[in-house]
Amino acid sequence: MTIMIDTGNYIAAKAAVMAKPDVVAAYPITPQTTLVEGIANYVKSGEFKGEYICVESEHSAMSACIGASAAGVRTFTGTSSHGLLLMHEMLHWAALARLPIVMCNINRVIGPGWNIWTDENDSISQRDTGWIQFYCSSNQEIFDTVIQSFRLAENEKVLLPVMINYNAFILSHTSMPAEIPEQKEIDGFLQKYKPKWKLDVKNPITFGNIILPADYEKIRKDMQNSSENAKKLIPEIAKEWKKKFGRYHGDLIEKYKCENADYILLAMGAIGAESKVAIDNLQKNGFKIGLARVRTFRPFPREEILKLGKQADLIVIDRNISVGLGGALFSEVKASLYGKSDAKVYDFIAGIGGKDVTYNDVETMCKKVVEGKAKDCEWYGLEGV
Amino acid sequence: MAIKDLPELECIIPGSAACPGCPATLGLRITLKALGKNTIMVVPACCTSVIESLYPHTSFDVPVMNIAFEAAAAGASGVEAALRKQGKGDTTVLAWAGDGGTYDIGIQALSGALERQTNFIYICYNNQIYSNTGIQRSGATPYAAWTTTTVGGKTEFRKEMGEIIQAHHIPYAAQACVAYPEDLYKKVKKAKSIKGPKYIEIMAPCPPGWRFGMEKTVEMGTMAVETGAWTLYEYENDEVTFNGKSKLILEKKIERKPIEDWIKYQGRFSHLFKPKKDVKRIKEIEKHTDQIWERYRKCYL
Repeated sequence: MTIMIDTGNYIAAKAAVMAKPDVVAAYPITPQTTLVEGIANYVKSGEFKGEYICVESEHSAMSACIGASAAGVRTFTGTSSHGLLLMHEMLHWAALARLPIVMCNINRVIGPGWNIWTDENDSISQRDTGWIQFYCSSNQEIFDTVIQSFRLAENEKVLLPVMINYNAFILSHTSMPAEIPEQKEIDGFLQKYKPKWKLDVKNPITFGNIILPADYEKIRKDMQNSSENAKKLIPEIAKEWKKKFGRYHGDLIEKYKCENADYILLAMGAIGAESKVAIDNLQKNGFKIGLARVRTFRPFPREEILKLGKQADLIVIDRNISVGLGGALFSEVKASLYGKSDAKVYDFIAGIGGKDVTYNDVETMCKKVVEGKAKDCEWYGLEGV
Repeated sequence: MAIKDLPELECIIPGSAACPGCPATLGLRITLKALGKNTIMVVPACCTSVIESLYPHTSFDVPVMNIAFEAAAAGASGVEAALRKQGKGDTTVLAWAGDGGTYDIGIQALSGALERQTNFIYICYNNQIYSNTGIQRSGATPYAAWTTTTVGGKTEFRKEMGEIIQAHHIPYAAQACVAYPEDLYKKVKKAKSIKGPKYIEIMAPCPPGWRFGMEKTVEMGTMAVETGAWTLYEYENDEVTFNGKSKLILEKKIERKPIEDWIKYQGRFSHLFKPKKDVKRIKEIEKHTDQIWERYRKCYL
């Protein structure tokens, strides 16, 4: 084991290379660029032995990953914001083709106007593509989740692509220490990919041809079943990781000081990490507030959220907005509770456009709820309104 | 070489959902005779995605990956890289796309794959329309042709895809026509023997799309070449070599037949002949064709 002090992107590149994908196809976009540059450096040093295809667009990046994965090899890519949106069609394609592609998406604001800071609208808008979505809160978690994601995606009970999301700059460009296991330890955890099926001249099968409604419906249902299987596998993989490497970031959610809490805060990504400091401070001052950091937005942790809703009222922070409804996490949380829990749920839309959300801000939001001053859903810190 | 000398191998097996007289199926049948069974196809949205038949069946005896409309060349890049990593670099990767997927929506991915020197064969079967969606105009549709989106006839001339391909300076490109199967076979065979990106375009006269009888596919192809509406050539080491009737026309050893001889048999041009002959537009087509051939002579003679 070694300690690597580096940015989220370089640590993601390290993880990707240690997972030994045979093909990486990628296109640069700020703030993902240092991730693909990191992989290019490993090509130069010889540490990455796969094929690195520098394509001419993100649409082609995902298409090339689809081709490579269908031909039977482990495949990785990374993107952000507009790049993810350009991939949209092929995200659906990868998931419906049941190809276990793993991708990092660095959460960045969508234009116009041009803005390279972080919010989650890019990946939230891809929630229905069939991809499993993780949201990370530290560089160590990025490393561990990338490796774990290959195990998850390639499991025959899952066979869905995985998107590992982390915040632009706050994680992608901020150096933090991360423990890096030895290559042989990674190899022991992540065996060589053996596809259940592939393009093979010895077994000429046509993939993805015209399909009638009754068969298509079965494919969609199988994706849903597989996503439910992923819910069971994510904790198993996390447990095995903890046993082998001593680190644990939670399962579908990460619970933090939720015992005896009357309120539980729900947040994703870097705000989740910031919230731990806020919870420590709030509990020191007598507030009975815990934290549940949501790690997987898909599959959505319905059952875990319902358990929380039976224990406490819930405070949600959304760094995204589904225009015409509200915060995406908020609406999913409420849907999970509907008819089964009377918990009150409060939502704060915060940090849109990359505005900083500090632990002080999180404390302010929580106090507002406890003091009975919060609305069901409000925008936090909106200037000039 | 005669048609009877083509290999007996059939990779198009019974159960194809093609229209009678389909040029795409004919072209693919010859192509796969040349490539053999050690081939993987990548097919974007096009008539072939219907022709290959319904899940869970297939009418193709080689592995096929269907992919989105604009993604054939990029998907093929991934397949090729994966095969190489698995020590299967001898397998031919064939991207097989229509003119819509090549001239229009897929041109970016194609250009990228050519520029990256991807070791694959990209074949465009060009029926000059979006035929799978029901006959809409494409960048390959000729001037004055009726389509469902150019109801009075297309007002622009088609683009010269061959010249765009040549600008990539790839090792091999060619134009062929389903009416000349031996020529097509030889060109595909040659492409298979060369490393790097190869591009072949096959003229594919479409009976329902062009509005002619299903028994006339080959005749429409022959006439396309003899009137100079289509050219047969090979591009290798930055040199273009015309062949067949196109060579004779280029060298002025034969006169190209008037375009009118070709278009008068196609319902898509019927508005140029009925109720009154549209002499002006027919002349414009002839003049434009002459200009193209003059340019060819300047460049390639």
